[in-house]
Order: sequence, then structure tokens, then C-alpha cells
Amino acid sequence: MADPIHQFQVVNYFTLGKVGSVNLAFTNSALYMGIAVGLTAALMLGAGRQLVPGRMQSIAELAYEFVADTIRNTIGEGGMQFFPLVFSLFMFILISNMVGLIPYNFTVASHIIITAALALLVFITVLVYGFWKNGLHFFNLFVPKGIPIYILPLVVFIEVLSFLSRPISHSVRLFANMLAGHITLKVFAGFVTLLGSLGVAGWLGATLPLALTVALTALELLVAFLQAYVFTILTCIYLNDALHPGH
Amino acid sequence: MDPVAAKYIGAGIACIGMGGAGVGVGTIFGNYLAAALRNPSAAQGQFANLIFGFAVTEALGIFSLLIALLLLFAL
Repeated sequence: MADPIHQFQVVNYFTLGKVGSVNLAFTNSALYMGIAVGLTAALMLGAGRQLVPGRMQSIAELAYEFVADTIRNTIGEGGMQFFPLVFSLFMFILISNMVGLIPYNFTVASHIIITAALALLVFITVLVYGFWKNGLHFFNLFVPKGIPIYILPLVVFIEVLSFLSRPISHSVRLFANMLAGHITLKVFAGFVTLLGSLGVAGWLGATLPLALTVALTALELLVAFLQAYVFTILTCIYLNDALHPGH
Repeated sequence: MDPVAAKYIGAGIACIGMGGAGVGVGTIFGNYLAAALRNPSAAQGQFANLIFGFAVTEALGIFSLLIALLLLFAL
């Protein structure tokens, strides 16, 4: 029986070349990232522009309106300039999570390097845009108003610390949820084969973990969407800090 | 004690912290549900706040998971 970690193995398909001592390889991770981007592009570009939307166009418009509403509610109308970034992040994470849920497929977000890169992209965008737009007023973010002067140093210290820990929690949340969910699925699927090898009595017993695997897949479907949404809404909240650093 | 054994015990102890995050997340969703049943029309407007509170609370549990993962695989 294959171990539950086996599904996360990065397989090198072919090597494109070398940069320094690092192999520039095309892996299964890169392939599934390409699939996620391709599916997103196919959905958005193939949707059509009818006045009365068809099925594909309805899905595309639903996705657009969902992300646009999230941005309008958290940042306001001024946040729509970040719509391309936020929408790309949401669709990439959502589609790659959904594709990863199909058995024998690779889950891109189950590797910390991928989610860390996405989270750092957001973090650096917030830093660069925050300083570009507000200058040194961006530091107001760390100084909440209406705090007594004697506990202000402590509050500022905590605010700075929580700001710096954002990319960590932002990336590890998505990664840990995907990793733990997929390991749980494979462990329960492993019970099915384990019990099934015991004969007829085992087959009866195996229906229980099989039913649980189906139920867990449904739960993972929810988690895959929820984590994509959480990543998106946190991105919006962080970008809101860059736009309006005063508390 | 064998350092490898101590590492695994430490990782197990670090995961206890996730219980606290579990209590916190349960409190958030429980209170949201209780409030949403009292005033369903106002519930939708607070959904973003719910997710934000959930994410911030869960971050603390994630930090303890991070310690466990670091102990297991990085140190």
C-alpha cells in the first residue's frame, strides 16, 4: 500500500537547463499550475459576451461578481484597481485546489513554497504600494489612535510583530489545510484496501471507511473553496491597510 | 533521553496549542450562528468579519502547527 505522503512527491518530467547549481525543471507541480491557469483562462475567455448569459458565462460572471463584491465590501471602490491581482489569486487557488481533489491529481497548494510565494507576493505588494502611496504615513498603521501613551510602545511592538507574521500565517494556513486534508483522505482510503484484503467480512467492514471517504471528499470540497476565499479576503484586508493605513 | 524521541514528544506537545485555536474558532462560529439566528437579515453583512476573525484566530493554531512541523522536518 502506498503511504499517504506519496501523493505530494514532486516528479521531474524534464530539465530545461541549469541556473547556477539549481535545476530548472518542468515538474508535475509546474504542469498542474499550468492546468490551473489554462482552465481559468478557458473559463474566462471562453465565456462569451452574450446579453443573455449561457452556462459558462453565468459561471464566469458569478466568479467576477463574487470577487468584486468582496473587494468593494472590504476595501471600497478604490480597491478595484487591485481586482486583477485578487481575482487571479482567487481563481488560481480555487481551480488548483479543485483539480487536486480529483484522485491521482497533484495539489499545487500542498507545498509550502507555492503558498509562500503567493503570500510574499501579497506582502511585498502591500509594502511597496503602501510606501509609494502614503510615504512615511504608512507607519501610522502601527500606531492605533486613542491609546494611552504609556502602553503605546507595547501596542506598537505587537502591531509590528503581527504585521511581520502575516506572510507566515497567510501561507501556512492554505498549505496546512491542503496537506492535512489530503493526508486524511488517503489514510481513510488506505483503510478500505486494508479491510478489503481480509475477505468477505472485510468487504462489509470496508463500506464504512468508503462512505467516510466520500463524506470527507465533500468536506474537502468545502475546505478547498473556503481556503481560497479566506486567502482572497485576507489579501483584500491587507491591501486595505496599504490604501488606508490610519486605523 | 534520546534526542529523536524528545523531538517527537516536543512536536506532540506543540500540537496541544491547536486545541486553544479550536476553542477560539468554535466560539467565533457559535456566536455568529447565535447572532445570525436572532437577526438573520444582518448576518450576511458580517460574513467578511466572521471569516477575518476566523482567520486571525486560526493563525495562532497555525503557529503551533508550524512549531510541530519545524520540529519534525526542519530541526
